[in-house]
Amino acid sequence: MKKLVVLLSFLLPSLVMAAGGSKFPLDHADIDRTDQASLQSGAKVFMNYCMGCHQTQYQRYQRTFEDLGIPLEMGQANLQFTGEKVGDYMKNAMPKESAAKWFGAAPPDLTLVARVRGADWLYTYLRTFYVDESRPFGVNNKVFPDVGMPHVLQELQGIPRETHEERMIDGEMKSQYVGIKSDGSGTLSPEEYDKAVLDLVNYLVYLGEPSRLQAESMGRWVLVFVLVLFVFVYLLKKEYWRDVH
Amino acid sequence: MWKNLLDWIEYRIPMMRVAKMHAIEYPAPKNMNFWYVFGFLATIVLVNQIVTGIWLTMSFEPSAERAFASVEYIMREVDYGWVLRYMHSTGASAFFIVVYLHMFRGMIYGSYQKPRELLWLFGMFIYLALMAEAFMGYVLPWGQMSYWGAQVIVSLFGAIPVIGEDLTVWIQGDYVISGATLNRFFALHVIALPLVIVILVFLHIVALHEVGSNNPDGVEVKRKKGSLKEEEKSKFKMHEYYTSKYDIIDDVVPFFPHIVLKDLVAFCVFLLAFCYILFFKPEMGGYFLEAPNFEIANPLKTPEHIFPVWYFTPFYAILKAVPDKLFGVIAMFAAIIMLALLPWVDRGKVKSWRYRSGIHKYNLLMFAVVFVFLGYLGGTPQEPWKVIASQIGTFLYFAFFGLLWLYSKNEKTKPLPERIG
Repeated sequence: MKKLVVLLSFLLPSLVMAAGGSKFPLDHADIDRTDQASLQSGAKVFMNYCMGCHQTQYQRYQRTFEDLGIPLEMGQANLQFTGEKVGDYMKNAMPKESAAKWFGAAPPDLTLVARVRGADWLYTYLRTFYVDESRPFGVNNKVFPDVGMPHVLQELQGIPRETHEERMIDGEMKSQYVGIKSDGSGTLSPEEYDKAVLDLVNYLVYLGEPSRLQAESMGRWVLVFVLVLFVFVYLLKKEYWRDVH
Repeated sequence: MWKNLLDWIEYRIPMMRVAKMHAIEYPAPKNMNFWYVFGFLATIVLVNQIVTGIWLTMSFEPSAERAFASVEYIMREVDYGWVLRYMHSTGASAFFIVVYLHMFRGMIYGSYQKPRELLWLFGMFIYLALMAEAFMGYVLPWGQMSYWGAQVIVSLFGAIPVIGEDLTVWIQGDYVISGATLNRFFALHVIALPLVIVILVFLHIVALHEVGSNNPDGVEVKRKKGSLKEEEKSKFKMHEYYTSKYDIIDDVVPFFPHIVLKDLVAFCVFLLAFCYILFFKPEMGGYFLEAPNFEIANPLKTPEHIFPVWYFTPFYAILKAVPDKLFGVIAMFAAIIMLALLPWVDRGKVKSWRYRSGIHKYNLLMFAVVFVFLGYLGGTPQEPWKVIASQIGTFLYFAFFGLLWLYSKNEKTKPLPERIG
């Protein structure tokens, strides 16, 4: 009976936790939150290509610069374009109502987008735009079909097209989607583009929870403290209970 | 000096007397195992929620315009605000984990049986108040799940005939979930319900100390006055409030230091898990903090899937299992009421499952499995097979009580030991 209880109590959470799933297979975003060079390059991409439409209104420039190891003057000179103060929230001037008309929906705030979508989703999403003339901006997306956003990073990636391959499936030759290929007109090679997107995703993940690294370094000490406390409390308990039978 | 001060106070208010009676010289059965730590842990979590809640209130702004932003302000700009927020959000889930284990302990050892019926009822009221408290707290960050979860739950009141619609408007303070709803939920969450919970916890503990703690053997340690020989009585000094009414058998330990130390060991283990989640996995894979709730509430955009937080999902599955909304709501509340009625549904005289029939053991285990399975069904996207599965689950949930009522009358039980083994 006891064994059964123990077994069940271990099995049940795993049963309950096994949930979720997405239609388009997501690529793994192998980000490193401690890599400041990557975060800085991600911030640069973000400020240059994303900030025009998307705000990150819950975070201040100063916090970002400090966490990413960017000297304030350097950040102000290179990453702030419209003369805000370094202590300002990271907002843009796009009027929400017009934006909703232009794109079908106003571009969402991206401060927490990594916590809503997850790093893998973002990493795949930004690498799966492809030419689709039926769409208003001439592009569509694999992960987010019929998305209202144009392919903003086209300047970097080049013009991405779907590629298909003839494959034998169930005894029949069928044309199957195998991926997306750039025409090479972008300023980055495919590898460089993937890296740029990875850096951008890394930055977005940072932005979603700027306290993460501090939490983990503090958490380790807290756990060590609790473990030591446990040893002493356990010994004290044993001592007091020794005479109780 | 110190002694004089204590005497001065004691003369005016019974501080030491109450401390001795309820926290130091309270007789507790020596065989209370790990199942008996969850009441202590629930108290700790309650204190955690109140203390971190007070600090969160200092920076939170309960309005539809500012609630979401002020939570992010706490996360980013308040010194250690993220620790406070995660302590509070992890604490909410931890509260339900320990409370569910605490309740299951009561079920397996028959702690609800005579003379502990009222104690059990107070516990059930705490559980109800806690569910209201948690629901309203979940609305406050004003994320997508806050908004749409509130929409689903408040609309349940709309299923009540005649008064339903007016009642919904009255609860929301508006024709839809809005800033007005957020304001009143804030008021209820930070003062009304915590007050109710603290008072109920006080009554729960007073009632516990009046009837005494049960134990895994279900054998009472308080015996009739004059029925025990001197050498059979407890060697520990217990408060005369207990010893004057009963003879207390030598199977007890004082609450302090013995039980306190045991609880502290459990507290350390609990703290390890709690702090690991708090510092490393605060979202707990989307179960403690759901991903859509990091997006601000948008009345025009329905999330793909709407679930309540994990601790409500078993009841949510029962609600969805019934095709008719009104009967679904009735079934959901009946599921909770049945738990409250356990002292009268169970007609057995033997408390602990250790000395009860095999069918009782399997009935209890089955109930636990069904409860968790319903939780899984209520917390994952709807699929055709899940409708049938949750109907079967709902049937099995109620079958537990039906079976218990049937077999407990003339149950084949093992003989109880004279004393705790």
